[in-house]
Amino acid sequence: MTPLLSVTGVTKRFGGLQALTDVTFDLPEGQIMGLIGPNGAGKTTLFNCINGVYAPEFGSVHFHGEDVTGSKTYNMAKRGLARTHQIVQPLEELTVRENVIAGACFGREGHSLGSAYDIAEEVLEFVRLDAKADELAASLNVAQKKRLEMARALAARPYLLLLDEVLAGLNPSEIAGMVEIVKKIRDRGITIIMIEHVMKAVMNVSDRMIVLDYGQQIAEGTPEEIANNPQVIEAYLGDPELAKKLMGED
Amino acid sequence: MKNWRKHLGIILPLLAVAALALWPTLTDSISNRESAFTILKAIALASSLNILLGYTGYVSFGHIVFYGFGGYVGLYFLNEQGWSIWASLLVAGLSSGILAFLLGKAILRLRGAYFALATIGVNEAVKAFINNFDLFGGPIGMTLNFKVYKEYGGAAEALSMAFYIMAGLALAAIVLSYLVRVSKFGLGLLAIRENEDAAEVMGVVAPDAKTWAYVLSAIIPGMVGVLFFFKNGNVEPHGAFPLHASIELLVMVMLGGQGTVLGPILGAFAYQGMRGYLVTSDFFKDIQLSVSGAILLIIVLFIPAGAVGWLRHRFEPLRRILP
Amino acid sequence: MQQLSLLLTSLPDGILLGFVYGVAAMGLTLIWGVMDVINLSHGPIISLGMFGTFFLFIKMGINPYLGLIPIAVLGLLLGVAIYFIAVNRVIDAPHLSSLLATFSVNMIIIGIATAALTTSPYNVDFNMGSFDLGFTTILGTRLIAAVISILVTGGLYFFLYRTRPGKYIRAVTNNRAAAELMGVPSTQILALSFGLGTMLAAISGALIATFFPFSILSGAGYELKSFVIGVLGGLGNPVGALFGGLILGVLEGAIPAFMETSWVPVIEFGLFVVILLVRPNGLFGAKE
Repeated sequence: MTPLLSVTGVTKRFGGLQALTDVTFDLPEGQIMGLIGPNGAGKTTLFNCINGVYAPEFGSVHFHGEDVTGSKTYNMAKRGLARTHQIVQPLEELTVRENVIAGACFGREGHSLGSAYDIAEEVLEFVRLDAKADELAASLNVAQKKRLEMARALAARPYLLLLDEVLAGLNPSEIAGMVEIVKKIRDRGITIIMIEHVMKAVMNVSDRMIVLDYGQQIAEGTPEEIANNPQVIEAYLGDPELAKKLMGED
Repeated sequence: MKNWRKHLGIILPLLAVAALALWPTLTDSISNRESAFTILKAIALASSLNILLGYTGYVSFGHIVFYGFGGYVGLYFLNEQGWSIWASLLVAGLSSGILAFLLGKAILRLRGAYFALATIGVNEAVKAFINNFDLFGGPIGMTLNFKVYKEYGGAAEALSMAFYIMAGLALAAIVLSYLVRVSKFGLGLLAIRENEDAAEVMGVVAPDAKTWAYVLSAIIPGMVGVLFFFKNGNVEPHGAFPLHASIELLVMVMLGGQGTVLGPILGAFAYQGMRGYLVTSDFFKDIQLSVSGAILLIIVLFIPAGAVGWLRHRFEPLRRILP
Repeated sequence: MQQLSLLLTSLPDGILLGFVYGVAAMGLTLIWGVMDVINLSHGPIISLGMFGTFFLFIKMGINPYLGLIPIAVLGLLLGVAIYFIAVNRVIDAPHLSSLLATFSVNMIIIGIATAALTTSPYNVDFNMGSFDLGFTTILGTRLIAAVISILVTGGLYFFLYRTRPGKYIRAVTNNRAAAELMGVPSTQILALSFGLGTMLAAISGALIATFFPFSILSGAGYELKSFVIGVLGGLGNPVGALFGGLILGVLEGAIPAFMETSWVPVIEFGLFVVILLVRPNGLFGAKE
């Protein structure tokens, strides 16, 4: 069975900086994969190489078995890939509803405005933003903007959803709510890769995990394997706060 | 109709233009017709520019180049090749559209101020080129053979006809602006305006969308150009590509509120109305440009979303009826 | 051969003019570099510089080169005033706002000046003799203006790199937020930078007045040249502006030897658009 996503030997350089070296993994459909690593490890860069913001210098990305390396972002969207961003990017001067409608219109299924409206209704209820549907996106707080980005991505009915630190800056109850949403998304059959720093949450929810450090893939496996991996622990010891979180001591 | 409230966004502008078109006839005044002509021209140009500026967020300072280029091409065929005004209008719009298509492929990948500068450069380059282009009369330009007017029943009839065509162009510009605004294509443009990279991640094919926005924003200005030169009886390079007027178009769009259908129309009315008043008032006539400048400055500093934009922000229910 | 002699006749003049164009462009590019604002009132300020020379020389008998000093000071003060009135509020707003704000200043100046001075041409008949080089004649006014331009460039460089306000300006250009954190009074520095930019514009206008007749609308043409030079030299790069000015001067001097003068603007603006597309950082590198 072809994996949904195949990343092979992806290497990305920015001038003198080696951002990613030889990252390789397969992601079967229906799984949640956690992508973790200290700050600056290259996690967002990896997302950017998968969804077409960057083209890697070496290596390839295969989606549904087809080579999509270096494909433009809008082509990846049409293939069924959606993502959220570390720094939220709502369409500020449009309403929440219009944001989500846009997601449905230009994503994989290319809906008309009419059917996109219905999809938006449903998705907004799912992320619990329906009360704010006709407010301008600019008026939302950060947590709500994150849910909006997620709603926009979901409205495109993607096969693969890339979530970049959706839990950052949330309080514990907001985190719990968001984790629920992520699980429900997976239950709908959408494959997910999550970049996260909130260790407990991502370890709870992931089927598999990959750890990056200085652009290199230092570990891959189940959350239990990762937690006990000496290389991982050492990488995080370089970042004491995260080491504590890893040990569940925060 | 039951849904009239929903469609206020298009009904109001259409009514405004209709009123403007009927006003000279009702008051039986040629000078009113001249004023109305100027305002209708401004409405047609500003609404067209709005597709690029207001919806897509690309600031074009040299948009007048399409007015001049289309106008020149159209007038050439009208005057030198004996085409009818209708055929000339068509070829003017077509040639402006093609110019926009080619230009767009080249310069739409520039962003922000670089794009704005490029549009200025393009306007000046085209102006300088036509200045050297003997087929179009070089620096002297082209003067309309008066016999052309005879084909339309004489000068007076021709000018009257030109007025109604201009009203038609203004209506067409508004309808086009509205259709784009409420379409899926328009939503894509708005997404590009808000955040072009995020829009592409969502699946908006930005390069294509921008190019089409540019083309659509260029067609009617080309037609306005040939109509104006037809009415004026002549065209020469300096008057066909006036950078100052081009920037004043921007002002009109911004005054009324870019990104809305009604905004540029209000802006055109207000700006032209103000200029008209200032020019005829003894007190202000000499410094009318300064007064316009001061008003623009106040708006930019304190009401940057323009009149309609400000209304939409403050009064949420208006958002649906004032697209 | 005939072209070569034509070239030798017009090229030196073009080069000398190029220095002055460079100073004008420096004014625009400095403001762009420091605060990301394209000053659309650049043209009218150049014109005001021209009129400055006129009034000082024709009405008050002051030598145009001495007159540069009060004109420079007034240009600086005018720029500071424009900054506080029109630019400060929109400094962090989207580009369109600052473009329209400076354009409105443009309109205000032109309006008042047209009312006061009309649009008829004025002339400063100023003769500094000429030098016969055999293949061409060089006018004294051009030579002196070129020398002054080089001195002004040197002065600007010295100010930016050897004085404390200059260091602050470079800090703000580099990273305004960081500069503020280090105690640099950024609003005053921005105002000073804007004033320096308009000062350079005024100086260039004052020098150009010794070459050609002018009106309040003449500045517009030099503003357009400044855009071209700014992009050629790299927006935000003052030294690049000087070299860009020289390139433009060479083009203007050389092209008439090969085709009609009326083709010069086509080539200038064509080059402008091409550079924007191909090397938007200019030939010498824009500010980072």
